[in-house]
Amino acid sequence: MKPDSVALYRKMLTCRRVEEAIAGLWYEGRISGEMHLGIGEEGINAGVLDHLGDGDAVALDHRGTAGMVLRGVDPAAIVKECMGSVDGLCCGNGGHMHLFSKQHLAASSGIVGAAGPAACGFALAAQQLRPGTVAVAFFGEGAMNQGMLMEAMNLATAWDLPVLFVCRDNGMAITTASASVTGGDLQMRARGLGVSGRSVDGADAEMVWRVAGELIDRARRGRGPAFLRATCTRPEGHFLGDPLVRMARSPLAQLKPRLGPLVAAARSAEGAPMAQRVASLGKITSMLGRAVRTELGPAHDPVRRLRKRLTITSEALVKLEHEVEGIVKDAVDKALTSETANEKESSRCGK
Amino acid sequence: MREMTYAQAIEDALAQAMTSDERVVIFGEDVQALRMNLFARFGKHRVRQTPISESAFLGAAVAAAMAGLRPVAELIMIDFVAVAADALINHAAKIEAFSGGRWQVPMVVRAGCGGGYGDGGQHEQALWGWLAHIPGIKVVAPSTPADAGGLLTAAIADDGPVVFLEHQLLSEDWLDYLGSGGRSTVSYDIPVGGRQGEVPDRWVPIKFGEAAVRRRGSDLTMAGVGVGIHRAAEAAEVLSREGISASVLDLRSVAPLDCNTVAGDVARTGRLLVVDEDYRDFGLSGELAATLLEAGLTARYARVAVEGTIPFDPVRERAALPNIERITAAARNLMK
Repeated sequence: MKPDSVALYRKMLTCRRVEEAIAGLWYEGRISGEMHLGIGEEGINAGVLDHLGDGDAVALDHRGTAGMVLRGVDPAAIVKECMGSVDGLCCGNGGHMHLFSKQHLAASSGIVGAAGPAACGFALAAQQLRPGTVAVAFFGEGAMNQGMLMEAMNLATAWDLPVLFVCRDNGMAITTASASVTGGDLQMRARGLGVSGRSVDGADAEMVWRVAGELIDRARRGRGPAFLRATCTRPEGHFLGDPLVRMARSPLAQLKPRLGPLVAAARSAEGAPMAQRVASLGKITSMLGRAVRTELGPAHDPVRRLRKRLTITSEALVKLEHEVEGIVKDAVDKALTSETANEKESSRCGK
Repeated sequence: MREMTYAQAIEDALAQAMTSDERVVIFGEDVQALRMNLFARFGKHRVRQTPISESAFLGAAVAAAMAGLRPVAELIMIDFVAVAADALINHAAKIEAFSGGRWQVPMVVRAGCGGGYGDGGQHEQALWGWLAHIPGIKVVAPSTPADAGGLLTAAIADDGPVVFLEHQLLSEDWLDYLGSGGRSTVSYDIPVGGRQGEVPDRWVPIKFGEAAVRRRGSDLTMAGVGVGIHRAAEAAEVLSREGISASVLDLRSVAPLDCNTVAGDVARTGRLLVVDEDYRDFGLSGELAATLLEAGLTARYARVAVEGTIPFDPVRERAALPNIERITAAARNLMK
């Protein structure tokens, strides 16, 4: 199997540009609350979802905007939903963590691990109502430590469900290094629950596409669940404004107010033995160091990597990129127009 | 007296408790980053990172408490207690009763709660009524820095499980973490007295089940907790200019509930208006109505509470949460 790399690149670039636009709106204060984006994960999202068609279902986590774009939801509806517009994907009721498209059988959740059981339910319905269709769950490696996700893997094996569990592994569970709170090997863990699978470099979109294609095809043919672990680098950390990323990017401004209390706490008369306090300070320093290192370099950027491998003319590439920019600009323009209307509308909008 | 923010008061009270009692340990997701100062001072054995495994670490907190520790387990948000409800509802709440009163579970579940910063209906619920429904769990929801520190001190010293709810709009740490993310382009309607205020030089426990009378009036009684009580106080100010004199009772803990103070005040005013950021049905507001009936009082009654899933859209979010317009309208209606 070989992907249509140009088409794959277009999808990935669309996700990147939509999410960059959402980030811009968030920084402008037009979007409230948290904002979890998948910048850096495009190779995984597109490489997997490119294999889905009508009747297939997808369970997304709190980082679901790209997944919705890739399933064919109108980007304008997503941007509007992020802004809380009454004409957004969910009438402005859900926000970016709670995106739902019944038409696409695509549902997201802000609860870590919840995509696992959801995908099992989608897969059960697929098995009984739509043979040959599958369900895909997306989650981070931090979610691998949620009981409900491990239970879901076992359930998928017990019921022989057509599910692909996709673990996007950036090594960080919120702002904690996953390795420090995770026992064993994730691949082995899934296998222990009867779900075999593969590990891939998520920055290599074509490789993700090939491996995901095999696993999804297996599931379609009734050969049970599979697990795909794909590594990635997310330059924005857990969410926009991630405190560790902020501290790493502007250490002076961010650390200055914290440093006094931190040093005072470490030097307090009562507390742990000095060696432990020094160890704590060391760990805090290394947390910040890790944040500095999560820049999206060319080797880790799936979009730039695939772009280099394309074999189309530069004119065609420019045209493609121009088209994508146009689609995203149009979505944002629609959302901004709708924002003005929304101010008048929302006061009388019901549920 | 010292001056502190809500978040500083909580951290200061925790540090005091950890200094005076070696058995106090904290654990939760990201705590070594979120509680950096405590981590630097008390080290990794007492400030412990957890995986994103709420049911495991809350369940572990129950047994750790049974076996001699005094854990303060942090759920980032009370919404996430649903993932670990079994530990709290079927275990922490019941061990003392099951053991014939011979085995206690001295643990604190610390969690953010409450809306007003636009994070959607799965990340800003109050849930205090739902939790208080379970016998064996105490539920506190402080509205000022002084109450936050005093109630946390009491919660850690308590021999049973206590859910300590810190409002995300009052805590500058949570609001920065979950709301603004370092942005200066967003603003919130933060009650001033809740965000910052005077606190004692040394924390002393505040007894649960004792309401604080924030304002004494003669025409109606308003009662609630958290940010809702600040909104009620603002509304009382507006109402006083219209000649309506309202009491404002900050219940401070939902379980135990200070029924006597509420009934006593309503006996004078003849009217109760409950202001509740939690869901309206089967919760605090209904419980307070029952309290009046049980006390043999006949009073006029109304409630301003959350009636459905909180919408993400900040405009409709504000309308869904108790706000000054809804509170004053309900109060005027009671006076008719």
